[in-house]
Amino acid sequence: MTHYIVRRLLFAVPTLIAISFILFALLDLAPNDPTGQLPLTIPAEAREQIRESLGLGQPFHIRYARWMEQFFVNEPLNLIEQAFGIEIGDSESRLRVRSWATRSPVVDLIIERLPQTLWVVGLSYLIGILIAVPIGIVSAYRQYSWFDQLGTFVSMIGFSVPTFFTGLLAIIVFSVALQWLPSIYDTTHRVTDLASFWLQIKQMAMPVMVLALFNAAQISRFMRAAVLDNLTQDYVRTARAKGLRERVVLFIHVLRNSLIPVVTLIALGIPTVFGGAIITEKIFRVNGIGELLITAIQGADIPLVQTLSFLFAVLIVLFNLIADVLYGVLDPRIRYG
Amino acid sequence: MPATPSGSLTAPSRATGRHRSLWMDVWLAFRNHTGALAGAGVFIAIALAVAVGPLIHTVDPHYLDILAKNQGPSLKHPMGTDNLGRDTLAQVLAGGRISLAVGFTAMFIALVLGTLVGVLAGFFRGLDGLLMRLTDMFLALPLLPLLLVVIMLFRDSLRAAFGPETGIFLLVVFIIGITSWMQTARIVRGDVLALREREFVTAARSIGTRRRRIITRHILPNVLSPIMVSATLGIANAIITESALSFLGLGFPPDFPTWGRLLFDGANFISVTPARVLWPGLAISLTVLSVNYIGDGLRDALDPRLRGA
Repeated sequence: MTHYIVRRLLFAVPTLIAISFILFALLDLAPNDPTGQLPLTIPAEAREQIRESLGLGQPFHIRYARWMEQFFVNEPLNLIEQAFGIEIGDSESRLRVRSWATRSPVVDLIIERLPQTLWVVGLSYLIGILIAVPIGIVSAYRQYSWFDQLGTFVSMIGFSVPTFFTGLLAIIVFSVALQWLPSIYDTTHRVTDLASFWLQIKQMAMPVMVLALFNAAQISRFMRAAVLDNLTQDYVRTARAKGLRERVVLFIHVLRNSLIPVVTLIALGIPTVFGGAIITEKIFRVNGIGELLITAIQGADIPLVQTLSFLFAVLIVLFNLIADVLYGVLDPRIRYG
Repeated sequence: MPATPSGSLTAPSRATGRHRSLWMDVWLAFRNHTGALAGAGVFIAIALAVAVGPLIHTVDPHYLDILAKNQGPSLKHPMGTDNLGRDTLAQVLAGGRISLAVGFTAMFIALVLGTLVGVLAGFFRGLDGLLMRLTDMFLALPLLPLLLVVIMLFRDSLRAAFGPETGIFLLVVFIIGITSWMQTARIVRGDVLALREREFVTAARSIGTRRRRIITRHILPNVLSPIMVSATLGIANAIITESALSFLGLGFPPDFPTWGRLLFDGANFISVTPARVLWPGLAISLTVLSVNYIGDGLRDALDPRLRGA
């Protein structure tokens, strides 16, 4: 197992280097000038100085190496210092990735936005899983029943109808027509008492449910297929033949085996939780990571876009690895096969 | 399965006199799949409406009638008008043409790329490692951010080179195409790996068939069914991606609105004219839903194990 993990880790390194290079080069070589939006009255020398101050003076490979150093060495060190309150080396003069638009370190911006994203998108993922697993089990156990037919139809709708339509539809129904829920997510809202807690629930309801429906649709289909696969296995017949109760067969034997592929699927989806749902965040004005990214893209804030998208790539590679390892841990057939 | 798709493994006793081809079997199985049949019906209806509709409902989608702005449904404007008095139905029909065209073209690019990579990786051992690493790398790319960035960066230069509509069309189609071929490539590679060890391929090789001929004559027809299923899923995926891009304001410009762009523009007027959100959204959802059902039915129909049952 250790051998396998090490080999996978070694494969991940060149992948990440290649991706970091693609992202950096793509954004760097693009026809785009960070001083392009400044007033035309600024003389050419001053313009050049601004470019220098943004770190654009050096050749391409130096800037790429610097960025990698900042991403993999400097920023993690800063995070460790903040977390434990200690100082490692010369932390004052350590170079940081700074946003062109706000001039503040990119990592601070991300940390500022992360809680909103984790709450809204993470909660929707959790709710999606909690809805999907029971539906998947019942659908498979009562295959072709009306519940299964309905479940299949709803999940088909769930992943066919894009979130930008379900989100707007929810706003039309619950905000415009019924006026039950606010259509804009207020991040400055603080939960202090029961009333404000209720308001928090109300403003989270729509974005969370819209995303949860989408997640549940995919996971329940997968869960159904996994349970169906297991129900026809020999060990299920053996368990029944031993005289085990149906409940035990289904919830101990079948469920545990069916959850193996589902758990890995869930692990594969976690990067999207951190990445934020760009579209849902935009519809409900949640100022999370997705919103940060889209603003950065529209404002051509290159360092922020580079760092954010590379961070997503790191998460994707990491959770791919975790999913593979989990599969091996949960299913001995893979490990020894 | 034999090398050519024309002969099938159906038992002679099942053949009732006339020759049954593989595609006849597939059609018979497809016909029994209610969802797929309904999906095909809806999809054909939408495609026809989009193709023929503008000839019947002859209102110019760009015509501004500021006196008749924000109207509800009427005989003259069945879906109402927007804040500049443009006819929503005409816009939805015109937008559908672009949306469907993007869906088909992007799917085609992704399919060709995916099949090419899959067949090469499966058939030539030397290329396998390299191509699969490439596929893994593409799968690890954060796609939506990347799409947005690329469109943001190259929109203006392409627009200058090809004109506003063609430029953005080429960019969107190309970008969606080269970022959605990976699943097809993986499936095709798996199938090709299994096929190349089969007896009929060995037989073809032993009589001196050239490799290109083996691929086109023996390998490709046999991987056609996974490719067709990928194709339907590819259309759905491309339409959703294009709408998402347009919805974020980075797809087609407002003068050539696709369904996604109509949603984006309509979202700000959601409390005044909800119809502007409803109709394009419904069009996207119905199209994607029907295409997904077709894919579902096709997958069942093309799988000989399920078909025989």
